Amino acid sequence: MATPKSRPRDGYPGRALALILVVTVGLVALMFGTGNTKPRLGIDLAGGTSITLTAKSTDPKAINKSNMDIATGIIERRVNGMGVSEAEVQTQGSDTIIVNIPKGGDRQNTAEQVGTTAKLFFRPVLAVAPSGLQVPAPTSSPSAGATGTPAAAPTATGSAAPSAAATGTPGASASATKQGRAVGEALADASPSTAPSGASAAPSAPAATGTPAAAASSTPSAPATAPNPADLAAAMTQGTVPPELSAAFATLDCTKPEARQQLGQQAEDKPVVACSQKPERGGAYSKLVLGPVAVKGSDVSKAQASIDTQQGAGWQVQLQFNDKGTSDFAAVTGKLAAMPDPTNQFAIVLDNEVVSHPYVRSAIPGGTAVISGSFTQPEARDLANVLSYGALPLEFSKSDITTVSPQLGGDQLKAGLAAGAIGMLLVVAYSVIYYRGLGLVSIAGLVVSGILTYSIMSLLGGGIGFALNLPAVCGAIVAIGITADSFIVYFERIRDEVREGAPLRPAVQRAWPRARRTILVSDFVSFLCAAVLYIVSVGKVQGFAFTLGLTTALDVVVIFLFTKPVITLLARRRFFSDGHPWSGLDPKRLGARPPLRSSRRRSPSSAAVKEA
Amino acid sequence: MSRFSNLGHRLYQGEVSFDFVGRRKIWYSISGVIVLLAAVGLAMGLHLGIEFKGGSVYTVSKPGLTVSQAQDTADQVVSSHPLVQSTDNGKIRIQVSTDESKSSDEIRSQLSQKIGVPLDTVEAQVIGPSWGKQISDKALTGLIVFMILVTAYLAIAFEWRMAVAALVALIHDLLITIGVYALVGFEVTPGTVIGFLTILGYSLYDTVVVFDTVKENTKGLTKQNKRTYSEAANAGLNQTLVRSLNTTVVALLPVAALLFIGGGLLGAGTLNDISLALFIGLAAGAYSSICVATPLLAQLKEEQSDMKALRKRVLQHRAAADAKGDAVPAGEESADEDLQAGMVGQRGRSAGTTRAKGRPSSKR
Repeated sequence: MATPKSRPRDGYPGRALALILVVTVGLVALMFGTGNTKPRLGIDLAGGTSITLTAKSTDPKAINKSNMDIATGIIERRVNGMGVSEAEVQTQGSDTIIVNIPKGGDRQNTAEQVGTTAKLFFRPVLAVAPSGLQVPAPTSSPSAGATGTPAAAPTATGSAAPSAAATGTPGASASATKQGRAVGEALADASPSTAPSGASAAPSAPAATGTPAAAASSTPSAPATAPNPADLAAAMTQGTVPPELSAAFATLDCTKPEARQQLGQQAEDKPVVACSQKPERGGAYSKLVLGPVAVKGSDVSKAQASIDTQQGAGWQVQLQFNDKGTSDFAAVTGKLAAMPDPTNQFAIVLDNEVVSHPYVRSAIPGGTAVISGSFTQPEARDLANVLSYGALPLEFSKSDITTVSPQLGGDQLKAGLAAGAIGMLLVVAYSVIYYRGLGLVSIAGLVVSGILTYSIMSLLGGGIGFALNLPAVCGAIVAIGITADSFIVYFERIRDEVREGAPLRPAVQRAWPRARRTILVSDFVSFLCAAVLYIVSVGKVQGFAFTLGLTTALDVVVIFLFTKPVITLLARRRFFSDGHPWSGLDPKRLGARPPLRSSRRRSPSSAAVKEA
Repeated sequence: MSRFSNLGHRLYQGEVSFDFVGRRKIWYSISGVIVLLAAVGLAMGLHLGIEFKGGSVYTVSKPGLTVSQAQDTADQVVSSHPLVQSTDNGKIRIQVSTDESKSSDEIRSQLSQKIGVPLDTVEAQVIGPSWGKQISDKALTGLIVFMILVTAYLAIAFEWRMAVAALVALIHDLLITIGVYALVGFEVTPGTVIGFLTILGYSLYDTVVVFDTVKENTKGLTKQNKRTYSEAANAGLNQTLVRSLNTTVVALLPVAALLFIGGGLLGAGTLNDISLALFIGLAAGAYSSICVATPLLAQLKEEQSDMKALRKRVLQHRAAADAKGDAVPAGEESADEDLQAGMVGQRGRSAGTTRAKGRPSSKR
């Protein structure tokens, strides 16, 4: 703070008060504005949703205790990554996991996310063909709806669909533009002008080939004259299918959901056939032959949802690899970049389905990659979340989603709150009796602190899924003591100064630096505890640490921005500065010595003025 | 109340002084006995709840069966307070911890009888812990990291002796609280673990507030020959005693309300478990800051060579003063307290030696 010359000795208490008032009112307004008017409650208090996941595996031996425990740990982190959601995960029987989520979350979304296996692999593409292609009547609207193609200009191969905008700069990403892009874009690329120079038909975007026959429209009208899709697919296959897979590849029909899942238990070190996750351009699925796994998802150290700013393709997921992943990824992208189409594509396979298969133009050394597609924000966020915490060792099917009642009777919360209120009243009574006028200040401070805590917790409930359970409610009640303690430390310091014979205004000023130091040092210890536990631990302990950190930070805010300024203002009032008996600062009652610094008198009775 | 107000003043002026530091043997023995009891309790083992060890879950469905009815029935069947929840498909889930002496078949048959549903409709399954081993392990790691950091911080902000004393007090508080749990035989639930952690934070917090005063009171101590370190520390304790009492009262009032009112209304329950842990822990925390941490700190400090030298000087000075017949106040007028020799408050101190009062402190 700048200190102008005319600054009063006791600062500008009004400014601090105005600030905290604005912040408080703002938070409360935000709370009502966003409709988060109540803190979210944990399962123990409010019940929630229970999701039953049953493990399935082709290898019965895989469903064992250790795998179930690993899965439990991973799911725990998925549903409670921040540690504040109060979700619970436990095994039931030998092959079931129960996930309990507090009320108020997005049930469907969470259920989707919880059961995802999230096995992520990067495999080189060996061959690609459209699958289940309905030969449409040629539409007359090629490129009509063509929006501007992404900044990644079509590659020399002429396919624009998955262009890997991968530069060699570190941190660059293999940006896989999802082939499920707007049809218009796809069609734009299907125009003959961008016809591939390669001998083969269109690369990778099978539906969008240079052959008008296959010029896909999004309305497969399947005319009677349609050729056999299988033949068509064979004709449009690019790359070489390994002989041992040719039969499987030929018969693979990616339009069937069960077929798309069939990559399941196949070897990581052999070529496999796979399907695209969603229909690609032109509304047809692609079927691919993929080489052995080049980079594993377990080498992903971090995943984050972000907006694709370069190409405006909406939400995407950024991956950060660990050291091994980085070197593997750089090596394989370097190799692929030199390959002919379509073997210069790199498929990103998630749970046996190909999310995208972008081109690689040059080695990508930066240890990052991007999965992009027509993701919505929640989709991107959830995918990033599941990838961050690793793949489940088993596959799970959701067998049951039901609502469960609170574990504790509602009377527990009621009693807790009632007891808290009674406790508060006792604190108020004690403060007023002991500190008189000052006690009112501490009560006002507690009220401000309470409003701030309540509104922040309510907002966090909507923001990061923060949920309050009964222990946290009790913790907040203990925080009353910690908050009140800061006032007590300061008040006692002021009274010490008054005992020394200082007039009130200087006493308030002199007491502050020392009280401030005590408060800061002790709150720092509490905050350190909260921060360390939050960073290191998981689950409920993390939730506790969060609450502790929040209340400690608010304690400091309230004492600095509320209590101190209010005392400063009050000290200017005669009621306090003259030491009215009800101000709590009566020099007589405090046994102040006269300001004259005489040496201490011998008789205690003279110093301690007995009050009637 | 005015008497109390006056007491605050007299404590501050050193007219009334409780000799906390000098009587450390009493405190140590009290703490020792309680900690020993706690250790005995711990040796008997803690009763871990279903969230830590898993157990079995019984599912019954009967139209019109409410959760509270099921809870009552389940309580009759098993002793270890089972968790009862209803689900929206009309089923009631009853979770029972593994400690139960009855076999799962017994529980099933008793439940079916008492609730009045056919035996084969009562499903039983084993459930795992919802508070996994991983949570415990990571919490423990977090605690160890925190202890190391807080020791480092206290050693830098104060000094290593204070860090040691604060840690001893902290362990003392946790031991007592956990020991009481073991003795009473309460179930340890996630709620109680959170309670223990709250105590950990509070215990340190309180000790640091007390040490802050002690540190201030013992600044520049070696430059005088009136008071030993123990005496100065004790004077600091007495000065901050009112704050300690007030804070403890204010912190304990709501928790006591939780324990006696909340618990009294409802009987056993999570609320009772948590508030008991908090009540004992907060009381122990307040007690240990004054009666364990500070005496221990004084003991450690008195080992220092300059403090030993100081003690010698102080005793010499007093002896000389006594010889001169000068009325050096060596605790005589504290008539209301039978103090041991050598233990005085702040009387007889030349004004301004150790009290920076009345001077604005430029220090943070």
